[in-house]
Amino acid sequence: MLALFGGAAFWLVVCSVLGLVASIKFHAPDFLANCVWLTYGRLQPAADDALLYGFCLPAGLGVALWLLARLSQTTLRGIVVPIAAANLWHLGVFVGLAAILIGDGTGFAWLEFPRGGSVPIFFAYLMLALWATMIFAGRRERAMYPSQWFLLAALFWFPWIYSTANLFLVAWPVRGVAQAVIGWWFAGNLLVVWTGLIGLGAAFYFLPKFTGRPLQSHYLALFGFWTFILFATWCGIPPGAPVPVWMPTLSAVAAAWLLVPLLAIFLVVWQTVRGSIMPNWNNTSFCFIGAGVDSFLLSGLMLMAMACPQISRVTDFTWFGPAETQLRLYGFFAMTMFGAIYHLLPRVVGLEFPFPKLARAHFWLSLAGVALLVVPLAIGGVVQGLKWQNPNAIAFADTTKAMLPFLRVSTTGLLLMLLGNLLLFVNIMGLTLRWKLALLKQFTAFVKSPLAETSAGASLRDEKEAQA
Amino acid sequence: MKNGFLVFLASLIALGGSWCGFVLAPVLQLGGGKQTTILNSSGLYPVDRPGMANQGLQVYRANGCAACHTEQVQQSGVACDVVLTGAGKNPEVVTNLISSLKLNGLDKDLADALVDKITAAGGKAEIRIVATGPDIDRGWGRRHSVAEDFLYDDPVQLGNLRIGPDLADVGMRQPDANWQLVHLYAPQSEVKGSAMPPFRYLFRVKKIGSAPSPDALAFPKDFGPPAGYEVVPAPQAQELAVYLLSLHADVPLHNAPFSQSAAVFKP
Repeated sequence: MLALFGGAAFWLVVCSVLGLVASIKFHAPDFLANCVWLTYGRLQPAADDALLYGFCLPAGLGVALWLLARLSQTTLRGIVVPIAAANLWHLGVFVGLAAILIGDGTGFAWLEFPRGGSVPIFFAYLMLALWATMIFAGRRERAMYPSQWFLLAALFWFPWIYSTANLFLVAWPVRGVAQAVIGWWFAGNLLVVWTGLIGLGAAFYFLPKFTGRPLQSHYLALFGFWTFILFATWCGIPPGAPVPVWMPTLSAVAAAWLLVPLLAIFLVVWQTVRGSIMPNWNNTSFCFIGAGVDSFLLSGLMLMAMACPQISRVTDFTWFGPAETQLRLYGFFAMTMFGAIYHLLPRVVGLEFPFPKLARAHFWLSLAGVALLVVPLAIGGVVQGLKWQNPNAIAFADTTKAMLPFLRVSTTGLLLMLLGNLLLFVNIMGLTLRWKLALLKQFTAFVKSPLAETSAGASLRDEKEAQA
Repeated sequence: MKNGFLVFLASLIALGGSWCGFVLAPVLQLGGGKQTTILNSSGLYPVDRPGMANQGLQVYRANGCAACHTEQVQQSGVACDVVLTGAGKNPEVVTNLISSLKLNGLDKDLADALVDKITAAGGKAEIRIVATGPDIDRGWGRRHSVAEDFLYDDPVQLGNLRIGPDLADVGMRQPDANWQLVHLYAPQSEVKGSAMPPFRYLFRVKKIGSAPSPDALAFPKDFGPPAGYEVVPAPQAQELAVYLLSLHADVPLHNAPFSQSAAVFKP
């Protein structure tokens, strides 16, 4: 677990730094302009991928593994597999990011890692997913909890979409705009469906646990699950795309139906947390996950808006799209994972975080950062889109200039997020250090007193579980 | 739901459905990659870009140009313009007639009626089909982008964010290679206040030798290198410029019609 989350927190900081540098370039295009591998067109995809592949996926996998083991009432066995997989994963991310910065990116949004990065993370994912499936198969509790549907579907879906996209776009590229369609399908399914399934699976476990009320109700959650995977998997082809008309039409219809799972999920969450918000106000994990679910619903509404042809005429190609993506990836998914990590990591390791107060600061910094990033971009995007409708009165260069104040605020938001992410990194590193020290202490005790062998040996085994 | 296998099966069907719809079907429909005929002509479209332009596309990809530029023009509809192609025997009557009429942005029936009216007055008129919409009005293209435009591109760089202008037709807008190169080297020299980062690393500044290099850039006032020096594009910059010049989707197609300009009669 530490290997997965520690690396994830590191990439999160990397992503924030890259994103911040990229953002500064709007205000000073000349900033670092002579450095080949720090040009905006490489930095921005690298920052995006560091967030998605560096943080979101490994953190999501770690949380999913822990939840599946918890819900199956089994302990984690075969620890070597996830440790190896986590290291392989982070190696893949490193190679992938380096490749983007030296200009070897594939040119497909959210799929920029070339073979050197995508193959390791694919196999690392397979190892983790198979390991999780084995835990699930060996479960002691036969009845399935709603979170398990969400998590298992997500575990199963990623290898499918990732291999499809890499084979059809990178290994043996298909011709023409079929590339773009597959790219949109992949990005939509990874950014909306995969993160949605993992994030909601976690929320449906943690929220009832924190509030002490059972999930209201299992049937509604099941309904939300099926409708979500039925409709969300078809979203993503933008309305004005230069492809046969049936594709964007189908996407728009699916996006409109997305209201059904959004309502179901809202009802489940609302009825579960109703009346328990104030008593849980001091629980940082609860706040993180609550903010995450709100962001999920809001970004879902934004997604629906962008798929509606009347609205997309204005929002298409504006900053409204990136605002939605950031709200979803950071506001929803990362925040939910933060909440889960702050809850589960001390339990896995058996030690407290060294700086528990920083977690609270992390929450407020993240919340303020996301708000300052997303709100100006969304409003600016609409303003920008409305100005573009008026080509005879407003020159394009002026619309770009008018966007600068909004971008300035969003840069501030990125800065706050960077600070928050640094706090998480410090906390996880501190915890790792503590745990290593404890391990060392136990080991010396074990060497010094052979008589106490049985108990020390047993606790050593527990520690090994923690390492995964 | 006690059975894990059931969850697996149902997910397989729900998720696999979208795979069939948005992976399999598009590959079957679009992956064949056939050229199409140009409207009112026997010519085929598109033709592959020259080799240097394809290398330029790789430069475009490597530097992430698509992070800021789209390559897809959109249009909101089609309208008819009526143009006078000849004034006939009574030019004054015809000129008076058309000066009182709205000739642009009509629907088909109105345009037909107008042409009949002008013909009755002795003039000659034609209907021209034009695409409409903000992108078209900005001069970013003559019609919306369609699937055919990208047949030979790999990777297809549609883009989804317009921090800078659309480039689907940039080769028509700025056909001058020197302009493209100078703009890449120092964007603010050609577009005042441009937010585009300079791509100086694609160029070399060197001392002018016995004779100036034939590839050296010609700069607008105040932007050139210091005296005695010249800016020479590296091969990558030249490839990128060739690629940019090769971007012009200016051919009318069945699913994206517009009329090529006719000889307009000016009274």
